[in-house]
Amino acid sequence: MGFLVFLFWACVTLAAAIALAWGFRKLAAAVTKGEMHRALRDAPLTASFGMMVIAIYLIVAILAPVIAPYPERMIVSTQFQPWTAEHWLGTDALGRDMFSRMVYGTRNTVGIAFATTALAFLIGSVLGLLAATVGGWLDQGLSRLVDVFMAIPSLIFALLLLTIFGTSILTLILVIAVIDSTRVFRLSRAVTEGVVVMDYVEAARLRGEGLVYLITREILPNVTAPLVAEFGLRFCFVFLAISALSFLGLGIQPPTADWGSMVRENATLITFGDITPLLPAGAIALLTVAVNFVVDWQLYRASGLKE
Amino acid sequence: MSDKDILLDIKGLKIEGKAGDDWLPIVNGIDLTLRKGEVLGLIGESGAGKSTIGLGAMGFARDGCRISGGQILFDGIDLRKASADKLRRLRGKRIAYVAQSAAASFNPAHKLMDQYCEAPVRHGVMSRAEAEHDAVELYRKMQLPNPEEIGFRYPHQVSGGQLQRAMTAMAMSCRPDLIIFDEPTTALDVTTQIEVLAAIRDIVEQFGTAAIYITHDLAVVAQMADRIKILLRGDEIEEADTRTMLAQPKHDYTKSLWAVRSFQRETQAAPEGQPVVSVRGVSAAYGPVRVLDDVSFDIYARRTVAVVGESGSGKSTAARVITGLLPPIEGEVLFEGKSLPADYRQRTRDQLRHAQMIYQMADTALNPKLTIRKLIGRPAQMYLGLRGKALTERIRELLHLIEMEPDDFIDRLPSELSGGQKQRIGIARALAAEPRFIICDEVTSALDQIVAEGILRLLDRLQGELDLAYMFITHDLATVRAIADDVVVMQQGRVVEQGTKAEMFAPPHHPYTELLLSSVPEMDPDWLTHLLEKRSKQGMPAPGAI
Amino acid sequence: MTLVLRMIAQRLALGLLTLFVVSLIIFGATELLPGDFAEAVLGQAATPETVAAIRRELGLDQPFYIRYVDWLWGAVQFDFGSSLAQRGRPVADMILGRLGNTLFLALYAAAMAVPLALMLGILAALWRNSLFDRVTNSSALSAISFPEFFVAYILIYILAQGGWFPSMARMPASADLGEKLYRSFLPALTLTLVVTAHMMRMTRAAIINLLSSPYIEMARLKGMRPSRVIVHHALPNAIAPIVNVVAINLAYLITGVVVVEVVFVYPGLGQLMVDSVSRRDIPVVQAVALIFAAAYVLLNLTADVISTLSNPRLMYRK
Repeated sequence: MGFLVFLFWACVTLAAAIALAWGFRKLAAAVTKGEMHRALRDAPLTASFGMMVIAIYLIVAILAPVIAPYPERMIVSTQFQPWTAEHWLGTDALGRDMFSRMVYGTRNTVGIAFATTALAFLIGSVLGLLAATVGGWLDQGLSRLVDVFMAIPSLIFALLLLTIFGTSILTLILVIAVIDSTRVFRLSRAVTEGVVVMDYVEAARLRGEGLVYLITREILPNVTAPLVAEFGLRFCFVFLAISALSFLGLGIQPPTADWGSMVRENATLITFGDITPLLPAGAIALLTVAVNFVVDWQLYRASGLKE
Repeated sequence: MSDKDILLDIKGLKIEGKAGDDWLPIVNGIDLTLRKGEVLGLIGESGAGKSTIGLGAMGFARDGCRISGGQILFDGIDLRKASADKLRRLRGKRIAYVAQSAAASFNPAHKLMDQYCEAPVRHGVMSRAEAEHDAVELYRKMQLPNPEEIGFRYPHQVSGGQLQRAMTAMAMSCRPDLIIFDEPTTALDVTTQIEVLAAIRDIVEQFGTAAIYITHDLAVVAQMADRIKILLRGDEIEEADTRTMLAQPKHDYTKSLWAVRSFQRETQAAPEGQPVVSVRGVSAAYGPVRVLDDVSFDIYARRTVAVVGESGSGKSTAARVITGLLPPIEGEVLFEGKSLPADYRQRTRDQLRHAQMIYQMADTALNPKLTIRKLIGRPAQMYLGLRGKALTERIRELLHLIEMEPDDFIDRLPSELSGGQKQRIGIARALAAEPRFIICDEVTSALDQIVAEGILRLLDRLQGELDLAYMFITHDLATVRAIADDVVVMQQGRVVEQGTKAEMFAPPHHPYTELLLSSVPEMDPDWLTHLLEKRSKQGMPAPGAI
Repeated sequence: MTLVLRMIAQRLALGLLTLFVVSLIIFGATELLPGDFAEAVLGQAATPETVAAIRRELGLDQPFYIRYVDWLWGAVQFDFGSSLAQRGRPVADMILGRLGNTLFLALYAAAMAVPLALMLGILAALWRNSLFDRVTNSSALSAISFPEFFVAYILIYILAQGGWFPSMARMPASADLGEKLYRSFLPALTLTLVVTAHMMRMTRAAIINLLSSPYIEMARLKGMRPSRVIVHHALPNAIAPIVNVVAINLAYLITGVVVVEVVFVYPGLGQLMVDSVSRRDIPVVQAVALIFAAAYVLLNLTADVISTLSNPRLMYRK
């Protein structure tokens, strides 16, 4: 029975998603011009769906206080209220409004994941660019160091470091960013190496150009495209990792509204057939799917243009 | 000709390739007939569609391509209408294919013999034992060393030239009626190429196999083909039997192809004063591997030194030593009599400025994200301190110098240029530094012949106008003949012979120079025959033994 | 042949070295602890005397390298000292039964995921751009994007509510294999779904890459049957990439196992680790981290060795 209901809703959701994605593509193509217009018009439905979802999340995150009917941390009712007109998604284990916490969670969870990814990228790509461009002992040293760090599974490493440094948002961001920057380093180094062997870089070196000019003018413009796609992928990983840690009770700490910990706090409801705790988990999944769809499209476009 | 003799009859063949969401024509309606035992040469520059036609003759289109029109009749069978299974039974058995890169086209996981036997056994032509026996026979006919044993090696254990012959033997395994040769010698050195050409021609003649021989090299096809068909961007230009085509080309395009080999610059006055660049007793190594051994030569102003050799001869390494990318383990490089620091990072800005470089692949030599203004402007800005209006003026001047209209090109990206135009920008970038000396590293070998000719003429003119010294790295003796004043012949990291061009091209030669010179195919259809006769008379080693 | 042996020996040595450095990081990281290990154990209520006593008890008055060597020497003999949270209880005791459970779960999931993923990946590559390819690819992309706990709860919602499978995977020691398989079906299925998606996508990419090589075109032009092209020409060359894909994803199981064990209250190492992290029971965390890292290094090492052995270029030199 549960399965059939699930199947029914899955079909309804899929149909709605397709319709919305189609509408969003029309809209996006209508308001843009030139190259952008062409790209958007020919975008697959999955990609336009992804872009639509990302846009919605952005709006919700920015306008959270306006949208949410109740404050983030206020206990407004008794615990585990069902869905009512007053509390759209009911209340949580402490009696806080579930819908409002979902809305604030967008800001907190996505914001923290984004900040972490950005930091990981800053560290990883700068070091990767330097290692590949300078070469020699710097490259060897950094690469071996990263090899060793990557020999420890990232979640396990994160757990170890969180045990030591404790679980505050700042340590969480720093720990995940450092661990994830090793992956960014690998990629940016590999991509940069592909560019560094090009004759135009050799020509610039022989011209007597300095390191800063080499990296910013000759190399960076040629590695941005793959790095941007990687940013999307890394964001997904970081987002999932932080959610997993929060779910385990070791990430973003209460009373901050956060999707991972919301699932944990209210998980008992699921065994009673109430799907409310699945909503924050679904919100995580939806954003990750959306980003993946867009990245996939970009990668496909990049490979298609090359051939 | 009687219809009975016709093996392959293609009419109005159209093939399209996918570009994004659109299908663009690659081949626009080609007719082609081939009689039994006849060899047809397909000639064209890159993008002419010759490989696509070759595969089309097997009823095959690569991923992203489709045969969109016309008829392909092979021995009366319509390949476009034949079922996939019927096509499969023809391929390998009655129509075989020899690919450009044998190293990539042999499966690295299986021994040569297993790959040889696959077609005859699977097509039910002979048993495994018969096929193995037959393979040894063919390997012997192809003059492969150790024919008994070579089949039991993996592809990576066999050299390029031998692999190419093994692939031809494999194509012959079912004694097909037709073989498609797709640039089988393009990736090989000249001295290796000749062995493969001789072996292929021999075996095709012996078995009376019909063949389509695809190449961009006129002199090669002249040796191999009975008839030649010239293609340009998917269209046929003209077709005639080989001798007629060589003697009396009709179409202007064909004539221009023939004419490119005629450029030869005037003999220059003897060198005066001190050389611009002197390489003195230079030895260099990559790790423990010594790649240059006691190399010395001089380059004078207004003169061109051609450094000639096959792959692995060390000619590009010599350039890396001169530019300072690879510090030598012995010897030194002098610029106008003064020693240059071995590492480019220790050289002064002026020392860097006076030695410029033009690369083989203009695609990788120009940053795809920078406009021509930036590409050419940067050296002028950096070395000569030009800014603003003066800089723009200089860029325009440089574009005029390389015969490109500034207004049309100055703000374009490299991707918006043709191959020849890119190479011209590479030249302009070198000139922007106002150097004394330019290294040209195989600058014409990636270009189609007509375009290459234009680049050579341009370089020649610039040298006279700007008093430049050139070092010209090349494997192509035709280029040497066209542009060199002095020649340095290299083999395995050593200079085997050097002198003026006149001395080099007149006997007596060093044996290696002799081998190199005599291996360059000529437009004479009898050249290969005569050469092989001469070599066997002189007791030169048989091709297979090298 | 000797060259291959040498290469494998080199890989093994490198693996050992990596493990050594990893152990150094895992042990050394605690040195970064703000304040002191002993203070962390006792919390705020510590008096200087009790701190000093516990320091002696834990050997914290010794210099770092002596403590490290002691710890490593113990670890090699499967002795990880005693727990801080449950004073006096040897860490090895806490780990032993759970290690077996976790291995069981991982193998269970792998046994389902590997064949499924390879099959789907190969079929998707062969039928590239078909409806099948698009559907599997989009589903896989979605599955990758789902947090493990989301997948787990959906499965609980669908399969455990009807009472088909238990949502709490308690593993009584007396249970026989069938019972165990039944009880741990949902956690194993969760892991399978997540890992299959990753593995299928990588397999597909590896096979597509392979199928575009000139020797595959050559086999087609020799008139070989499509099945022979795949089995005889593509597969022998696919071993190395596929083994790597499998290794990467089995290693991924290690991470997935932590969350899944928590959701299903499965008595494995992952749960123990999470509990110990929140209790800041450092010896336990170190021990479990070392075991997970060792498994990870070992997996990659195995993949490396198998790919070396499957490469004729390395097996038969010129």
